[in-house]
Parts: sequence; C-alpha cells; structure tokens
Amino acid sequence: MSFSPIILWTDALIYLFVAIVFFIVWYVRRHEHLLAQWKRVGHSASGMSALTILIFFLAVGLLDTVHFRPALDHKNNQGETIYSVEVLSLLDVLVAPLRTQVEKTYSAPLAAHLYAKETIELDGKQVRTFARLQFGGAHLQDPDKEHSADITQLALKGLACGLLIWSVLCVGLIARLSRRSRQNFTPYLMVIWRRNTEIPWRAILITLLILLLIIGCITALAGHYHVLGTDKVGQDILYQSLKSIRVALVIGTLTTLIMLPFALLLGIMAGYFRGWVDDVIQYIYTTLNSIPSVLLIAAAVLMMQVYIETHPELFDTIASRADLRLLFLCMILGITSWTGLCRLLRGETLKLRELEYIQAAHAFGVSHWRVISRHILPNVMHIVLIATVMDFSGLVLAEAVLSYVGVGVDPSMISFGTMINAARLEMAREPMVWWALLAAFSFMFTLVLSANLFADAVQNALDPRIRTLRQRTVLPRFGKKDKHVKDNAPEATATAKSSPHP
Amino acid sequence: MNTLLEIENLETVLHTGESPVRAVDGLTLTISPGETFALLGESGCGKSMTALSIMRLLPDAGEIVAGKISIGGTDLLQLPETGMRKIRGKRISMIFQEPMLSLNPVLTIAEQIAEVLQQHLNLSHEAMQARIRELLEQVGIPDAPRRMHEYPFQFSGGMKQRVMIAMALAGEPELLIADEPTTALDVTIQAQVLDLMRHIQQQKGMAILLITHDLGVVAEMAQRVAVMYAGEIVELATRHDFFHHPRHPYSQQLFAALPGKQKRNQALTVIQGNVPSLAQQFSGCRFVDRCNQALPQCRDTVPQWHSISGHHQVRCHLYSGNAAQAAASANTVAQQTVHVTPSTPLATDDVLLQVTDLKVHFPIRKGLFKRVVGHVKAVDGVSLKIAAGKTLALVGESGCGKTTIGKSILQLIQPTAGSVRFKEQELNGLRRSQLRPVRSQLQIIFQDPYASLNPRMRIIEILQEGINALKAYQTGYPGNDTAASAQSRENEIDALLQRVGLPAEVKWRFPHEFSGGQRQRIAIARALAVNPKLLICDEPTSALDVSVQAQILNLLKSLQNNLGLAFLFITHNIAVVEYLADEVAVMYLGRIVEHGRIGEVMSNPRHPYTQALLSSVPHIEADPARHIIPLTGDLPSPAAPPAGCHFNPRCAHAMPVCRAAYPPASSFSATHSAHCYLYSQEHRTTDYEH
Repeated sequence: MSFSPIILWTDALIYLFVAIVFFIVWYVRRHEHLLAQWKRVGHSASGMSALTILIFFLAVGLLDTVHFRPALDHKNNQGETIYSVEVLSLLDVLVAPLRTQVEKTYSAPLAAHLYAKETIELDGKQVRTFARLQFGGAHLQDPDKEHSADITQLALKGLACGLLIWSVLCVGLIARLSRRSRQNFTPYLMVIWRRNTEIPWRAILITLLILLLIIGCITALAGHYHVLGTDKVGQDILYQSLKSIRVALVIGTLTTLIMLPFALLLGIMAGYFRGWVDDVIQYIYTTLNSIPSVLLIAAAVLMMQVYIETHPELFDTIASRADLRLLFLCMILGITSWTGLCRLLRGETLKLRELEYIQAAHAFGVSHWRVISRHILPNVMHIVLIATVMDFSGLVLAEAVLSYVGVGVDPSMISFGTMINAARLEMAREPMVWWALLAAFSFMFTLVLSANLFADAVQNALDPRIRTLRQRTVLPRFGKKDKHVKDNAPEATATAKSSPHP
Repeated sequence: MNTLLEIENLETVLHTGESPVRAVDGLTLTISPGETFALLGESGCGKSMTALSIMRLLPDAGEIVAGKISIGGTDLLQLPETGMRKIRGKRISMIFQEPMLSLNPVLTIAEQIAEVLQQHLNLSHEAMQARIRELLEQVGIPDAPRRMHEYPFQFSGGMKQRVMIAMALAGEPELLIADEPTTALDVTIQAQVLDLMRHIQQQKGMAILLITHDLGVVAEMAQRVAVMYAGEIVELATRHDFFHHPRHPYSQQLFAALPGKQKRNQALTVIQGNVPSLAQQFSGCRFVDRCNQALPQCRDTVPQWHSISGHHQVRCHLYSGNAAQAAASANTVAQQTVHVTPSTPLATDDVLLQVTDLKVHFPIRKGLFKRVVGHVKAVDGVSLKIAAGKTLALVGESGCGKTTIGKSILQLIQPTAGSVRFKEQELNGLRRSQLRPVRSQLQIIFQDPYASLNPRMRIIEILQEGINALKAYQTGYPGNDTAASAQSRENEIDALLQRVGLPAEVKWRFPHEFSGGQRQRIAIARALAVNPKLLICDEPTSALDVSVQAQILNLLKSLQNNLGLAFLFITHNIAVVEYLADEVAVMYLGRIVEHGRIGEVMSNPRHPYTQALLSSVPHIEADPARHIIPLTGDLPSPAAPPAGCHFNPRCAHAMPVCRAAYPPASSFSATHSAHCYLYSQEHRTTDYEH
C-alpha cells in the first residue's frame, strides 16, 4: 500500500458530525411534515446562494479532513514499507503544486519577482534587484513584456473553462428538472429565468456561475503564478487560506457542539424549574463569566501543552500533536463560551413557561421532559441558531486573538488566526504586505456571511408563521388589475397548501 | 350644520405582505363641533387606521392613497409635516387603548404633560405648573399638586387613562379621538372614565370621535353612530335610530349576537365566518358571505348609500327597491334569528367540585437573603361548589384573584391552604404523578387564543398531546404504535374537530393559519380530547369580537347540553354571565362577597359592590331608572387589603363596624348569600353549603 490512513481526533469528530447530519437528513426525509418544513429552506434565494458557497467551503474542509501518511520510497530492514512522518490530506494532494512550490520570501499576488530587493549574482556581477521567483512566472522569458499578456490569456482560458463547466452543469440540471416537471427544455428555462420556480434556481445558478468562474480563473493562474502571493517564508497564501478553512470549520462547529448541551440543558432548566436549580445554575455561570476567559483558556492550553511535551511517546506525528491541541482548544472555548447563550435561553424560557400553552400542557399532566422537549426547545431554537452562527465568526476571531497571545492553535498548523497574527507585522513593514490579510479577510468574510445567510433562511423556514414564498406583486396601479391576477397564477398553486382559513 | 371634521373618500393602504391591504376604502364622514361620533366595528375593520390616518400617524407601511381630510377648513393631507405637528395635540388629540403603554415610564406625569404644553402654548414655568395642576384636577386625580411629580408606575390603570386624557386635553383640542379608551379597563373604572369624558365634553364643547367595538359604550356615549365593516362605513345613524331600528343586516346581526338574560334558552345568532381579507378586490357587497339576507345582486353590484330617514343612511341593496320588499325581508330575518335549541341540561345535584376555604398567598421577598416580608393574598379563603352539568360564573374585576382560583383548582398554582375536592378526592397536596388520573376530568380553556397554542406544533400534535399524556396513563402502555391504533387515533381527532365545528383536514395545519375564534375552538377541542367533566373557562371570549364570541358561547352551551359538562366560568363580562351561568359568585380582592343563583344575584344584588358592578355595565337599552353607582378609587392592593370589609374604602354605605372586622355571611335564601353588615346576621351560616 502506498499510504496509511490516519484518523486524527478532530477527524473522528467531523466524521461523527457528518454521520449525524446524514441521520437527520434521513429522518427528515421519512417524516413528511418535517420534510415540508425543511423544503421551505429552499425557497429563500439568499439562503440557497449562501448554501452553494457553503458547500464549496465544506467540500474543501472535508477534503482536508481525509488524512493519510504517504509511503516513502525506501523500505526498512525487514522489508516493511516506511510511511512518511508528514501527514497529508486529500486536499494537499489535489493542490500539491501550491504546497510544494515554495519561494524564498514575500512576493505579491501574480508577481514574477520577489517583493524585496536583494543582492544576487547576475552575469558574474553582484546586482541589487528584485530577484525572479523560482516558480511564479518562471515560464516567462521577459516578465516585463509578457507578464500582463500572459496573465490575461491564462485568466481568459480559466474563465472559459469555468463557463464551460457551468454550462454543462446547467444544461444537465435543467434537463433533469424539466423531465421531472414534464416540460420541454426551453419553456422550463424561461420558467427558471422568470424566477417562477419554487426553488430559486436562477439565484443558485448565478451564484454557481460566479463561483465556477472564480475557481476556473484561479486554477488556470495557479499553475504558473502565486495567485494570492506568498508569505514570509515563501509559502503560497492561497494554499494557506484553503488549509485554514478546515480549522475555522472545526473551531466553529466542534466548539458549538461542545457548548450546546451545556447552554441548552442548563439554560432551559434554570428558566423552567426556577427555585434552587435556577440559583445554582446562575451562580455557576456568573462565576465562570467573572473569570477573564483569556486567562482561563491560556492556563488550560498551557497545561495541555506541558502534558503533550512530557508525553512525546503518545504522538507519532507532529500533526497528531497539533490536532490534539486544536481539539483541546475547541473544548476550552466551548466551556467558556456557553454562558452567554445559557443566559439568553434562561430568559426566554422564563417567558415561555408562563405562556398558556405550557400551562395547558401542565393541565394535561404532560411530563417535565416532554414539556421541555416539545414545547420549550422548538420555541427557543431560533435563538440557538442565531447565537451559534453569530458565535461562529466570534470563535474564528477568538482563535486569532489566542494565537496572538501564543495559546491558540499549534504554530505548525495553518489557520486564519495565525495568518492574521502574522499579518500584524506585515502591515507594519514598509512597503506593506497586504495580501495575506486580504486573503484571510475575504475567505473568512465569505464563509461567515454565507453561514449567516443560510442560518437566516433555516430560521425563517422552521418558523411556521413566516411565509417563505414571496409573491411578487405589481404595486396597485388601478386599471391593471387583470394582469396583476394573472402574474400571480403560477405561484398560487405553490402556496395553496399554506393559504390560511378554510 | 357646520362641520368640524370632514373626511371625504379616504383610502388608506397598508403595504404589508404580498398584496396591499385596503384598510380604509372610501370612507366619508363629517363630525360637528361638540358632538360625539362613534365608529363601531369588529377588529380588523379599519377603525384604528381611520384614526391614525386623521392624525397622519400611520405606520411606515401605511399610505393614504386618496381622499381628503379637513378640520375646520384646513386640509390635513396638504400640510407639511411641521404644519401637522401644530395640529396634533392642539386641534386634534388622541387617546389610545392601552394606558400602560402610552406613558413613558421614566418621565414624571408633569414632565409628559409639559411636553404638550411647550409644543403648543407659550407659557412661563409657573403658569405651566399651574396649568398641569388644573388639568389633572379636571380629570379627577386626587392630590394633584403632589401626584403630578410621580411616575406612571405609581398610578393604576384607570388613573393612567385619566392622565392620558389630561394630556390630550392640554392643548384644548377641538376634536378628541378616543381609540377604544376603556377596552383595557374594568367595568367600574370604565364607568368612571366614560363619565369623565362626558363631563369634559360638556364643559369644553369639543367633539369626540369614539372608536369602539362595544355596543354598550356606544349607547352610553354617542350621538351619532357609524358602523364600519371591512374598510367602509355601512350604516350611519343617530343613536336613537341605530339602537331602535338598525337597518344594515350586519348591524342587526351584531345586536342579535349579543348575549344577554333574555336569550338564555336559545342559541345566539351567529354571524358566520370572519371579516374578509382586505387585500382582495370586492366586486359586490363586502358582507355578502356572512349575510343572512343576501340578494342575488349583492354578489356582483357594490351597494350604494340609501337614505332611510333624515340622518339614517345605509349601504345595502335591501333598501334600494321598494320599501315593502325591504320590510318583508326584514321580517323574515326576525323569524330566522329566533331559532331556539331545546335545552335539557343533564344536570344533577351531584357535587362535582367542592372548594373549601382555598387560600393562595404569594410571598413577597426582600433583601439579600430573600426574607419573606409579606404575602400577596391573591385568593383568601374562597369556598365554592359546582354540580355536574352546571355553570358557576366567577365575576370580578381584574386583579381580584379569579384566574388564580382557576389555576389553583387545577393545581397549576400550588394553593397555600384549604381543600379542593373533586368527586370526593382531595387534590391539594397530591404529587404530579398522583394528580394525573384526575387531570382528564378537569380541563382549562385560556383567555388568549394566540398564546394558548404552541405555534410550532400542528393541530393534530396539539390535540394528541393531551390524549397521549392521559390515555396512555389509563391504558397503561403508551408506545403501542401500530398502524391501526394510529388510524383510530386520527379518527378520534377528526371527530373532535367536527364537534367544535372545524373541518377535519385542518389538523395538518399550524395555529397561525387560524383566526382568533378558530383558535379558541381548537383550544376547546384540546380540552375535550380527554373527556373532562369540568371545564374551567378563563375569560374564553374576552379577546374575541362580538360575532365570534357568540359562536364560542353557542358551542360551549351545546357542549354542556350534549356532554353534561360543568363549567367554572371566569369572566368580567356580565352579559355573558347572564346568558350562560346558573350560579354566580362575585369576587372582590380575593374573597367571594356574594353568591347565589343567577336570577337572585342579577335582579336583586345585595352586596354594595355587586350593586355598583352591575350598575356600571353599559346597557344598550336606554333605561331611565338606571342609576350608576359610582365607585371611587381603585382596587386596593391584595398585599395590604383594607382592614375589616375589604370594600369599605370604596363603599357608599360604609359604617364604623365595616372597618373593624370582615363581615360574616348573611343568607337571603337557601342559595343566596352575601358578606355585608348591611344585612341582619341572624341567618348566619359558616359557609355556603348547608
């Protein structure tokens, strides 16, 4: 075998998470009313566009989760294959050129020269100039003349490629959809174009087009250039950004997973049972909140660091050490960050428990557990959803702050936090190195924004009071009433099931 | 007749949701100086939108698209916003429904009134203080110089509404718009506030536009009445004409839907359905779907105004042709409306529920260690009993402990002392699991149909919840989930929904898709799902319109007749009591002050509080002999009830002995008793039951 698979701790938890998601999907598909609710997520144009982008991020994150150790060429004395100590992921293999093509130091995006002058030997003379890059634009004979033309050509090629892939996908999708709704291809295309479909295919396809154009363009350029430049040690920033996605997702989701049970259970219990339960829980979270969280995290992470260093025999690779530290960071972040959500949930539950439907449930002798799970939990879910997604960006940022203090992820691990941390010095130097921060910023921004938009759509869909299908209407212009009615006709059928009053 | 306010063809549109809602659609009316004009209608008819359009205070989504509003010749819709600010509070003032929300809690009363005075009058500081004092005295706030520097939370609801009126009067407006001014208040307080408004109107000669859904309030206050339905006025008349000869079928049906003593043994006339959505285009009469006299042309021709007599106009096709035809059809209506359901109550004399000396005290805690410094005596020694198949009404003002009794009978609130016996079984002190077998016998219907159904559960889940929780207990094992049992359960749900008058297919929907009346039906179905013997109805109709209230009352009455249910009916609505109850218990500050059969209490109230309460209820029929017994002040705090008889500070007949000790019961008949020193104590009994 040419590789040996490795499952790190966070990998296992991600696989578990994916399994849970698949189970939920399976469960929802089997229950019609749940399915109907979740189908409403598909009605939101912004939500579905966000999902398209999120899927890209998730795919990158998942590819980066499949870890293995490649086999080395030589064998040991017993003839067994020796595996490299370096742990690679599928993503590393896919973007191998990015990983391996390391320059000397900083270079600007798409540059053919280094960013700083240095003394090199040229034709036997020592010259102080911008040295050529080892890989970026290496194929050019005379970068000054060919540079922009070459980039334009490559970019166009990439764009065309992206457009081609999009067209194929688009045609395939529409053909399938039109067959399913028993319509011809062209009329159905018009239906999509006029936004008369239940799922906003037009918005999805436009987002997909933009996404594919960008990916195509970057892929074409990445073969010959460092699209987002290189960092201090000459590593490709694009590669770092891609690698950071997994860390961000892990910190965002695992921390939330660790925090949620605390926040949900304790918050609802405090609000629901009140009395001494409430007192105890309030004292716990007030105490925990009054300890400066950075201090607590620093103490815990440093303890973990000492443990790792005193037990080197437990870890066969650097990656597994870094991974354990990441997992521990998630845990300690989770333990310190549940108080805010817990307090919110306690307040909401205090309000809910006095509502009459809860009283009615008590009058039926419904058990406390059922009241909590059937009445209170669904009615606080919107708070949970908003709070966790809002926390997501906060957590990614917290990781950056902690890296700055030195207690964040392992220095060998690439994350948005370490990138931002490094950018602190880069921004201060002259001339300024701006691309690392810009890359981290735009990746993080896109990720958090699309997560927020998607969560918004989910929250709207799960609230039965909100209508997700918007009927586009013409403003009341008198005398155009007939047209107005006609315009609504196709949607009327779609909303028929949710129209009120028998 | 000179006019003060003139509205011509006003159209107000709300841009909410998918299509614009025509909240006000072609409204025309005039108000003369010094007159009280009542705008009457159900909720969702556009009454409040009319008021807000006049003030130009529409919400952001609202827009006046056509029409003209002028006050004393000034066209309000042509004024710039700065010009409008000189009108608001100066020429037109408004008081709102909810006095608790209309005052800023962090400003004193004086500061809030001074704001209005600063805007419109150029007064010196001293003059302004004097004016504020004068205004507050005018609206009957005792000890005004001191109280004007207090904050709103130090005032009771009735007092806050007086302050609101004082604020509205500060600019000496020509027109006062009162948007449901007394809906949030108790009857006795309502009587005070209405009396105050009448008084001030006579003094100042200002006009009042009274917006209300309460026919009784209209009868007390208005000189002219306009009935509004689905965004337009359908009938316009003087008070006398309107209350004696209502012409529009909607007005007629509204009267018929009112509960009352005379209708005890018949079903109330029901206006079917709901107010139509105003988002649609109407091609005919808006009322046609609910009208019991609809003609063929009602569907396709919009009715025009028809004059009945001088100032009586109606928008109905019935009056378009010859008068004879109209009269004939009106007669048939009269016959239609009186369809009597034979009521043969399955009542027996078995005592179903017996409550003895029930006390619910809430501790007041203070300080660091939450020491108990006192008790709110929400319920303080209440005894009552309900026979199977009978209705006991519990009447009283808000804050007197009615709801607490209902909840403590169900053990939703733990009683402090006393006993609740249901079918010879003591409920007080039972644990949750021990109570479960009794739960199916006792159920509750709540006041607010919007809060009593979980918005995230479908109707079928809501209805099944009780069945699962209690039936499971009865049969022993819950999880018997075979297809057959699921099917039979679904059939059970269908039958339940049909019993409360809803189609079976609604069970797949969510509560927000239903109107208030339909939700209340679902709440009733949920209670019925476990076959209770006693239903505690906690103001089940007070959040509903008159026409919907009639539907619910009919439903409750037929359920009692068919299933032999007993009701504990908690309400403040005397008309509903007269219609539904067999026995009445009047509560005041945690105690029952008078108890008796419905006829005894209603026609011969003994306790001064009962007398005052009954006299405060606005009546539709003008009764010259009627004399409102004014009650001064408000309900005292149940944390510190007055010594002796709780009612003595507000009682007109208070004697020294009343302040000394709480009066024992005096009996007037086997069933009628009151706690008052005015009556001889010879027939003294320890309790109600003999």
